[in-house]
Amino acid sequence: MPGLEDLYREVILDHYRSPRNRGELATPPATRAEGFNPLCGDEIVVYIDVDDQGVITDVAIGGQGCSISQSSASMMSAAVKGQSVDDARRLVSAFKAMMSIHEGEIGGDGSGSNDDAPTEAGDKEPVRLGDLEALRGVVKFPVRIKCATLGWNTLTQALDEAAPRV
Amino acid sequence: MSLRPGIADEFPVLTRLVDGKRLVYLDSANTSQKPRQVIEAISNYYETINANVHRGSYRLAVEATAALEGARARVARFINAPSASEIVFTKNSTEAINLIARTWGHTNLGTGDVVVLSEMEHHANIVPWHMLAAEKGIELRWIPVDSQGRLVLDSLDRLLDGASLLAITAMSNVVGTINPIAQLAAAAHEKGALVAVDASQFVPHVATDVQAMGADFLVFTGHKLLGPMGIGVLWGRRDLLDDMPPFLGGGEMILNVTKEGFTTNEVPWKFEAGTPMVAEAVGLAAAIDYLEELGMDEVRAHETRLTAYALRTLTARYPDTIKIHGPSEPAERGGVLSFEFGDVHPHDVAQVLDQAGVCVRAGHHCAKPLMRVLGVPASSRASLYVYNNEADVDALADALEQAADIFSF
Ligand SMILES: Cc1ncc(COP(=O)(O)O)c(C=O)c1O
Repeated sequence: MPGLEDLYREVILDHYRSPRNRGELATPPATRAEGFNPLCGDEIVVYIDVDDQGVITDVAIGGQGCSISQSSASMMSAAVKGQSVDDARRLVSAFKAMMSIHEGEIGGDGSGSNDDAPTEAGDKEPVRLGDLEALRGVVKFPVRIKCATLGWNTLTQALDEAAPRV
Repeated sequence: MSLRPGIADEFPVLTRLVDGKRLVYLDSANTSQKPRQVIEAISNYYETINANVHRGSYRLAVEATAALEGARARVARFINAPSASEIVFTKNSTEAINLIARTWGHTNLGTGDVVVLSEMEHHANIVPWHMLAAEKGIELRWIPVDSQGRLVLDSLDRLLDGASLLAITAMSNVVGTINPIAQLAAAAHEKGALVAVDASQFVPHVATDVQAMGADFLVFTGHKLLGPMGIGVLWGRRDLLDDMPPFLGGGEMILNVTKEGFTTNEVPWKFEAGTPMVAEAVGLAAAIDYLEELGMDEVRAHETRLTAYALRTLTARYPDTIKIHGPSEPAERGGVLSFEFGDVHPHDVAQVLDQAGVCVRAGHHCAKPLMRVLGVPASSRASLYVYNNEADVDALADALEQAADIFSF
């Protein structure tokens, strides 16, 4: 069985203790999306400001939840701030691909990670996950995958609203 | 102290190791573990009897029917129901409550009629009434709950004014509060309302007498009572059951079927369409035998003692960190301990405890309105049963150290 050190990496605990971009943005101009994990009551609110060039100029995260959902959302906010909507979407795909990587092996509840296509490999250089790699250990704890992807699914909703896919 | 020496060894799964560690099962409010006696009763039924019931004339079919009806009588005796014909087998408590809402509720309630619930109900005793409200325009009223997880009864008479039904839990699955059902039933009857009791958490832990309670309906679920999953019980007063329309349609629930229509069977079979869960009924009866052998009063005394020990131990070990919800007096509650552990999220608490082989539940426990009253989105919940003892509580207390370490305060 995987140990707790696989799950509670220092970076994760750091983001949990000091979440980045915590707060709200005025809507409008910002777009707001809400995500729930009905299983545990975790709740995440994502605000994004997208400018005319399709760049995410600001991000804020609200809501409450466990260390994994909160740190994942915090890292996500840091990673997408200043990025284009397209790059953010690629990052979402890459992150969710990482979360689903062992689905076959872990069996059972491969929850929360099967509704998006894996990384669109080939056409672009690989997406760098950086600090987000620390969350890789979560896949060894299948019930926590939903926690890790909650913020990302919510971001996807916000992106789709702010910049509908063509 | 164990309820009986070596009792945990009578539950095969409790002898299993998790990563070399002893399994410490503290999630019996969610589902209970099964004693060997129950597992053997079920496999013995399949190995020596198994046939469909009420429809064969050969030996096995007769024995299977006797096994099912014998289990029904066993359940009736266990809760002091006046007659076995008042015991309806369902899939679980949830189905039993839906049965009441869909048959009794659907027939007897209309626009503006009132059903009174409490804020501490499990979703199983909320959503069926919401569904009926959406369909029939009934009004739902709520008995409030205070911050200690106790019913606030100041406005009870006003809430019950003009009500048709009080549907209420006998014991909270989140904070363990035991509600004064007999007193509530008397108040409801005075106002002409019937009383449906969700005894899912009560029947497994406290000797239950539906007549002394003054209930009109009572439901519970087999899997929380050392029995198998897949069987629950609806008890209802015979005159009420007689007047209710059937629930699901099909075989078993009819007397006659023609191209023009059908006539319904007598109670309880009127409510049991299709092939019933015979092996599960046998398992449930074996679970009841097991519990009565222990003695329900001894079960309750053991759990009260252990709850007191847990409240004492956890608050002594973590005076500034732990907050245990629910009544502080063990006599007012069952062995269900929901708690906050500092700022550590319940999901993380449960994860860390799991690493030590300690099983607790984290989340809203299917009681979101109550969580709102308690002012928390989720909690960790440890719950006790016949096989637990002080060592399990100590294991919980020890394992919490690590949560404190990782999330350092
Ligand atoms: C108070 C209460 N009511 C109803 C239920 C539902 O039981 P079941 O899921 O077996 O239908 C539960 C168990 O989760 C419960 O604790």
